[in-house]
Amino acid sequence: MIEARNLSKAFGPIEAVKDLSFEIREGEVVGLLGPNGAGKSTTIKMLTGYLTPTTGTVKVAELDTSRDIQSIRRRIGYMPQDIPLYEDMVVLDYLHFISDIRQIPAASRREKIKEVAERCSIEKVITQSIGTLSSGYKQRVGLAQALIHNPDILILDEPTSDLDPNQIVEIRNLIKEIGKEKTVIVSSHILSEVQATCGRVMIISEGKLVADGSPDELLAQERSDNIVHITFQGIGPDEGLEAVSRIDGVAKVKAAAEGRFIVEAKTGQDVRADLFHLAVARQWVILEMRTEQISLEDVFRKLTMN
Amino acid sequence: MNKLKNILTVFKREFLSFFNSPVAYIVITAFLLFSGWLFFQQFFLMGQASMRPFFGLIPILFIFFAPAITMRLIAEERKTKTISLLMTLPLGNAEIILGKFLAAVALLGVGLLLTLPYALTVASVGVLDWGPVWGGYFGALLMGAAYLAVGMFCTSLTSNQIVAFILGLGICFVFFIIDKILMFLPEKLATAFEYLSVDYHFHNIARGVIDLRDMVFYLSFISAFIIYSIYAIQREDWR
Repeated sequence: MIEARNLSKAFGPIEAVKDLSFEIREGEVVGLLGPNGAGKSTTIKMLTGYLTPTTGTVKVAELDTSRDIQSIRRRIGYMPQDIPLYEDMVVLDYLHFISDIRQIPAASRREKIKEVAERCSIEKVITQSIGTLSSGYKQRVGLAQALIHNPDILILDEPTSDLDPNQIVEIRNLIKEIGKEKTVIVSSHILSEVQATCGRVMIISEGKLVADGSPDELLAQERSDNIVHITFQGIGPDEGLEAVSRIDGVAKVKAAAEGRFIVEAKTGQDVRADLFHLAVARQWVILEMRTEQISLEDVFRKLTMN
Repeated sequence: MNKLKNILTVFKREFLSFFNSPVAYIVITAFLLFSGWLFFQQFFLMGQASMRPFFGLIPILFIFFAPAITMRLIAEERKTKTISLLMTLPLGNAEIILGKFLAAVALLGVGLLLTLPYALTVASVGVLDWGPVWGGYFGALLMGAAYLAVGMFCTSLTSNQIVAFILGLGICFVFFIIDKILMFLPEKLATAFEYLSVDYHFHNIARGVIDLRDMVFYLSFISAFIIYSIYAIQREDWR
């Protein structure tokens, strides 16, 4: 559906995107993840044809953005970052304006606007001027605007940045629902959001693609069983350190509060069994033992920080 | 066909938004205030039932009012970033510029229409020859459109409304003053400069003579600045 090849974009001396290539298939829900300034928005703007790539090509539905941008735009629903809307317009007038440009026939227009307003739950504010809306409502008007023509591809640049937790859940559900039949690209720096909605995550850092896969795949890549957290009941730091460090596979051990120890095993070794045997031999009670949980946050931090 | 429809859509939104903000009211009120005051001051001094002093004022007044109308058209969209939505809708750049330009012309037209009572007042106190009046209005609209095209170009260059205004005012002033410095120039250059003057062509039309040369001048002047504007909004420095 979307194919980017060797995409680069430079603003003067600053290279925002460097040699980015990816492919997005029809029906995928893709999260574009990256720290601020990583080139997410620039990439998205090139997909919508708002920016022209310095080098490289973007193809959307087999059409090239440099040639058939208008036909591509007809198939895309786009919500830019910071939801720029005409503040002086009434929501309904604004949706009519978009319908005009989207060439929604007059006969079905009323129906379409009603449907999209319901979907984004903005019926209550439909007669208000956009400038008077809270940012949550604005964001949903922005979403309604992007959905009104039932686009094949939906591109949302940080869609939940101004929402409260309830609204975030609503929008996520909406994105998931839309993602069942459409191609959706969501950019975000909020990891839980991407994890909750996207079947595929692309992590961009400093204009380059540093990871690409489903959230589970990314986690699996980075998972490590070699750090074990263990808690013994009533064991002091000195006693514990001395005993644990004597186990063969242990590379390092640190004592934390109240009998908790963080044990780092040598590469490729699993020391959990040894820890159990140690506890049995010394008649210590194990209150807790777990391997370190890697979150998408850790993956993200690891990949985007140098 | 679609293009025309798109231009109309942009036009409609832009024209209505003039009235959603105080811009239209302020510009029109100020225009009526200045033109009315200055005109009737001269009118009573002259003691002739003629609109000539009014149309004499128009070229100068429009130097201020045309850029005031156009200054926000692109600059504001850049500042509020709504341009990023506008330019990713299936709209051509030419459609955006033309729609906005026509909205500005329409607003100027409304301002001119509201000065018709001046003519009616004059007609009520003396015998008014309506020929030059209609010629004057037609010429004023054309000349206004020329200034607005300049203003459109200036607003396409920046994201700052004040810069767009001052720049527009400057360029409009140059095209107004250009035939008033002729005496300092060699004769050949003088004819060329005279031809470039927005004011000179206006006075031809305002006399009631509609000459093809003046029409060609205005239409090519407007087209030139509209085309510059279309190219100017393609620049990406603001995005």
